[in-house]
Amino acid sequence: MAAIHWRFVMSTRAHIVVIVATAITIGVIFRLVRLQQLRSKYALLWLSIAIVLVPLAAWPRLLEWLSARLGIAYAPTTLLLAACAFLFAVAVHFSWELSRLEARTRTLAEEIALLRTRLEEPSESRPTDALPPLLRDAE
Amino acid sequence: MPIRTLAVIPAFNEESSLPATLRELRAAAPELAVAVVDDGSTDATSAAARAGGATTLRHPFNLGVGAAVRTGLRYALERDFDRVVVVDADGQHDAAGIAALCRALDDGASVALGSRFGTGSPHYDIGAMRRRGQQLLAGVVRRLTHRELTDVTSGFRAFDRKALEFLAAEYPAEFLADTVEVLLKCHAAGLAIVEVPIAMRPRSGGRPSSRHLKLLINYLRLLIGIASWRWRRSIGGSS
Repeated sequence: MAAIHWRFVMSTRAHIVVIVATAITIGVIFRLVRLQQLRSKYALLWLSIAIVLVPLAAWPRLLEWLSARLGIAYAPTTLLLAACAFLFAVAVHFSWELSRLEARTRTLAEEIALLRTRLEEPSESRPTDALPPLLRDAE
Repeated sequence: MPIRTLAVIPAFNEESSLPATLRELRAAAPELAVAVVDDGSTDATSAAARAGGATTLRHPFNLGVGAAVRTGLRYALERDFDRVVVVDADGQHDAAGIAALCRALDDGASVALGSRFGTGSPHYDIGAMRRRGQQLLAGVVRRLTHRELTDVTSGFRAFDRKALEFLAAEYPAEFLADTVEVLLKCHAAGLAIVEVPIAMRPRSGGRPSSRHLKLLINYLRLLIGIASWRWRRSIGGSS
């Protein structure tokens, strides 16, 4: 069987493409943070990928070495595996975040309904004591 | 001091059936305060509620029956009511049943559940698939609570002050969780649940709340909800 090592398959041009793409990604994320369109905790999440990708693209032997350490014969698989694991973790995190946001949105909407009704009432029929305590979410 | 009772009516696009429901309620129980929770309707539900003389609470968008009920419970707590009766907006619940539910609270129940199937309630047809699903759910709830419950998805229910305070924070929003899971929560919190046979009528307007596939998905979600919640409780109990 012809031993075509993956190192020789990936050309110099491909390396340059990966490095440029990563640089652009970093640039876009920084821009989003600066424009306050992206919370810095998510920026950190995506930047950490870039930080991992750049050295791997610049020094392909690094990935090879890592794969050998993990016992993975075909080095690019390591990258794919890591990407899958990372994206899965991100998706789970977003589901969690979304659930929390939905619970909070719901509580806020209920609060608005109560406040609106209170405001619409004639002032003499309104309870005179202070507003009832804010509801704490059950989570 | 007399017991103050609030009727909470969750309503989503019920402008056609709400006026009759409110009229009937007023005739059957004139001493009752009524609050309609308009769950983000796109029709004139709020206006119909106001015209019918009910206090109107309006969600800015649709959140589901559970959220509407919780808003009603929180309103009841804010205004210091002793009891809440939840009544459907579509006229399915016979207003005469409210007295029966309140009697159950008088007898010491914290949660009174209006049942369509219990002994003594007239025949009410809901279709085979729906019935089988509800029997399954009732079986699960019976097993977990050791209480004689036959209709766990009925939305016609009454709460005393103790249940009110508990549920104002804990009422789940998801469909089915808002009827079934909430009973398990109440049971775990030590609230006494009693079922009362009630006559129900066919819907006077609007659409039934769910189609088959959606119903199946909701059932599965509910089972996950119950399982995870029991697990959480067992952890809480052991620590």
